Amino acid sequence: MTILQASFIAVGVVFFVAAALAVFRIVRGPSILDRMIATDMLVATLICTFAAEMVYSGHTRSLTIMLILAMVAFIATVAVTRYVSKQDPS
Amino acid sequence: MSLADALDVASLVFLALGALLSLAAGVGLARFPDPLSRMHAATKPQIAGLLFVLIAVGLQSEQWGTVAMLFPILLFQMLTAPVSAHMVGRAAYRTKHLRRDLLVIDELSDAVDRAQRERASGEKRT
Repeated sequence: MTILQASFIAVGVVFFVAAALAVFRIVRGPSILDRMIATDMLVATLICTFAAEMVYSGHTRSLTIMLILAMVAFIATVAVTRYVSKQDPS
Repeated sequence: MSLADALDVASLVFLALGALLSLAAGVGLARFPDPLSRMHAATKPQIAGLLFVLIAVGLQSEQWGTVAMLFPILLFQMLTAPVSAHMVGRAAYRTKHLRRDLLVIDELSDAVDRAQRERASGEKRT
């Protein structure tokens, strides 16, 4: 195993720990807002992980997945928080 | 050390930066006390981390089409991340999911009070 490969594995482990901490907050989170914040961050970490995997394998097939995720990831958060803030007069 | 090796090392450094920002966001999510401070931590990989890993992908790509595809990803993330952050912060403030003892200043409460006074006086007039 070369140093380059070992560094890629280290990057993957760091991404895994970040995603695991986000999942921990989704499970624990006292309010639904904490869970939505953690879900947003989990999707962002997922996009970054797709990019890291593309750099490692040297292909570009995940680009469209990253684009679609960046476009639609916020819809769930907006929908949930819209119903959470009940005092909203509009 | 050839140019390809140098580009490999450079993109690996950018990947490591993005991964560390994701890790910082995860630690912040797990340790911070209330939704507003957790929001502050969770926005790190959304823009800065994504920017770093996209630079890493761009350094590795051999065609301009790939690089052209990276710009819309960053653009859409920059467009949509503030929308969701705004909605979450608004809902957290209105449903009082925040710890007042941790706030240094609350400038929004003045605006809310003023809006409620104006609405009350407007209802009296009609």
